[in-house]
Amino acid sequence: MYKIVKKEILNPTVTLMQVFAPDIAKKALAGQFIILRVNENGERIPLTIADYDRDRGIITIIFQIVGKTTKLLNELNVGDSILDFVGPLGIASHIDGYKKVAVIGGGLGTAIAYPQAKALYKSGCEVHLIAGFRNSELIILEKELHEVSNKTLIMTDDGSNGNKGFVTNALGQLIEEGNEYDLVVAIGPLVMMRAVCNLTKEYNIKTIVSMNPVMIDGTGMCGGCRLTVGGETKFACVDGPDFDGHLVDFDEAIRRSAMFKREEHDSYEEFCNLLNMEVQNDG
Amino acid sequence: MANMSPIKVKIPEQEPTVRNKNFKEVALGYTDEMAVEEATRCLQCKNAPCVKGCPVNVQIPKFIKKITERDFDGAYEIIAETNSLPAVCGRVCPQESQCEGLCVRGIKNEPVGIGRLERFAADYKMQKNDKPIPEIKTNGIKVAVIGAGPAGLTCAGDLAKLGYSVTIFEAFHVPGGVLMYGIPEFRLPKKIVSTEIESLKKMGVEIKTNSVIGKLFSVDELFEDDFKAVFIGSGAGLPSFMKIEGENLNGVYSSNEFLTRINLMKAYQFPKFDTPVLIGKNVAVVGGGNVAMDAARCAKRLGAENVYIIYRRSEEEMPARTEEVHHAKEEEIEFKLLTNPVRILGDEKGSVTGMECIQMELGEPDASGRRRPVPKKGSEYIIDLDTVVIAIGQSPNPLIRTTTPGLETQKWGGIVADEQTGATSRPGVFAGGDAVTGAATVILAMGAGKAAAKAMDEYIKSL
Repeated sequence: MYKIVKKEILNPTVTLMQVFAPDIAKKALAGQFIILRVNENGERIPLTIADYDRDRGIITIIFQIVGKTTKLLNELNVGDSILDFVGPLGIASHIDGYKKVAVIGGGLGTAIAYPQAKALYKSGCEVHLIAGFRNSELIILEKELHEVSNKTLIMTDDGSNGNKGFVTNALGQLIEEGNEYDLVVAIGPLVMMRAVCNLTKEYNIKTIVSMNPVMIDGTGMCGGCRLTVGGETKFACVDGPDFDGHLVDFDEAIRRSAMFKREEHDSYEEFCNLLNMEVQNDG
Repeated sequence: MANMSPIKVKIPEQEPTVRNKNFKEVALGYTDEMAVEEATRCLQCKNAPCVKGCPVNVQIPKFIKKITERDFDGAYEIIAETNSLPAVCGRVCPQESQCEGLCVRGIKNEPVGIGRLERFAADYKMQKNDKPIPEIKTNGIKVAVIGAGPAGLTCAGDLAKLGYSVTIFEAFHVPGGVLMYGIPEFRLPKKIVSTEIESLKKMGVEIKTNSVIGKLFSVDELFEDDFKAVFIGSGAGLPSFMKIEGENLNGVYSSNEFLTRINLMKAYQFPKFDTPVLIGKNVAVVGGGNVAMDAARCAKRLGAENVYIIYRRSEEEMPARTEEVHHAKEEEIEFKLLTNPVRILGDEKGSVTGMECIQMELGEPDASGRRRPVPKKGSEYIIDLDTVVIAIGQSPNPLIRTTTPGLETQKWGGIVADEQTGATSRPGVFAGGDAVTGAATVILAMGAGKAAAKAMDEYIKSL
């Protein structure tokens, strides 16, 4: 059992949790992930490690409530425990040797972009951070993002924070202004990462993306997380989760991400109905 | 005088058309009377050829004799002397190519039902729930076992009996390895596996789940943590694909993913359990081994109307156990033999719609000694499908070999280990089971775990 030592609601659908997992914290590196299971009947879901504290033995995860498992997870509070918590899985991000990097986070992806930006910034690299959200209410980690970047641009789709536009608009502008990046890191929804890659291809800037497909074991056993990179099949769990974005077959990844959509939806609906019934009964 | 009946006492089974709709165990097991009757078919050969066929050396005629005397506890004790998982072996061992394959009664007629009798004795003891915990004098020396599958569990059990303080590191959230994620409930009820594991724990074996060695700790760190010897029994977990067009379409699973969803994550009880699995009406399983049979029989139970086994050679070359093939056929699995997939077809949404196959014929023998299948030109045809399961084999997971400097491996990934002792190129590191041999059987892995435990004891004493 892995105890929750801190819980913070970042926005109405995104929660941060700090979990006591000292062995994992000892080894964790930016870009790696954990797999967790909330209860005995639960599924295994991968979540990227958002931060770690080796001294205190803590792993930080940030998740969006999108289905039954994340909703169940969000029901837990400080002092409660998560049943299973495995990691650190995947290959850590390679961050050495870069001078100027644009790190892009989209929505929840910002939580995953953050540790990468932090690692790059700490390594002495100049970091420009672009984070995009649907509206100003959904902005997360604003203060933290400023702390790990030389320049921070927070964009909203609807302009409700006074900065309307997509992350690609912001990146395009920065490039046109003469910023010469030797790397772009893009983490967020598949369509966003695809759009960023299409843009950086034009400018021939190396782009790394972080893939987060459905997986079960996270150790290379099931192959459920496979994707095509440069014409070859790769497993996101052991070959990634970071890949060269210019080589990833995003169209296939988008199709595969929808494989269990109906089952996930039904399971979530049923769970929400159950919760509502409980609330009514309690009332 | 022995019972000279030419055939084994039939084991009661669920009717095929009933069982192919549920996940309950297929074979129901012998009653006391059936077991005694079958046991009397044993000739009690002095030279006991059957024992030579058993990778863990179970004293077969001796335990069978106890059954004829209705001393079922005594029978169990004889088995348990050398076999730490009798209820498992009685169910999943390929007896026909081991003990029963060498049985004298099998020369002219059916051999003695050794597997069924082993299962009977083990189940009898399990139901009584009074399995004795062996008295152990602990020596406090720490040893590590990586992987809680058949090899690791056997190795851990034997080391614990020798007094060692054993810790098993398991990557999944439950111990059992392939016994939990691979072999379906209807062939090996999970309760049996967990009962066997509980008795290991009672012997003092500590099992750390959620511990991926190679990620959480390296083998070297285990030594730094004062483990004196390490056994690697991490299995063959890496699924092979065919590298044909359409393999990444939605609805194509590796057998590992398909079976893990169903067996470990209990997708057959979705939505009570949260992990789903999609089946559709028409399912093809590619491959001819036990794993392929398991996947096909699972698909049928999950409601598929048509389930096909697609195998490129003929039935004679099929690596699956005869019993499994027989059960699959009874359960209306359709065998498309001498058939090889060419590509998988999908719709605009990226979901499987079918598979193009080509017919094969057998040519000259190949390196494996089996006749090589060659495609028949122009014989391509399309099968309509919703789901494809690729069950063409697994290779060992690279996580340990890539994080253990100095550990020699084969080109295909298997760890190089001495056949008799499991010793690897690293002093103090032993290995066995599928991690060494590539995908094989539960009992061979257990045999390797047993041999390694003995060698590890000798190694530690020599330090």
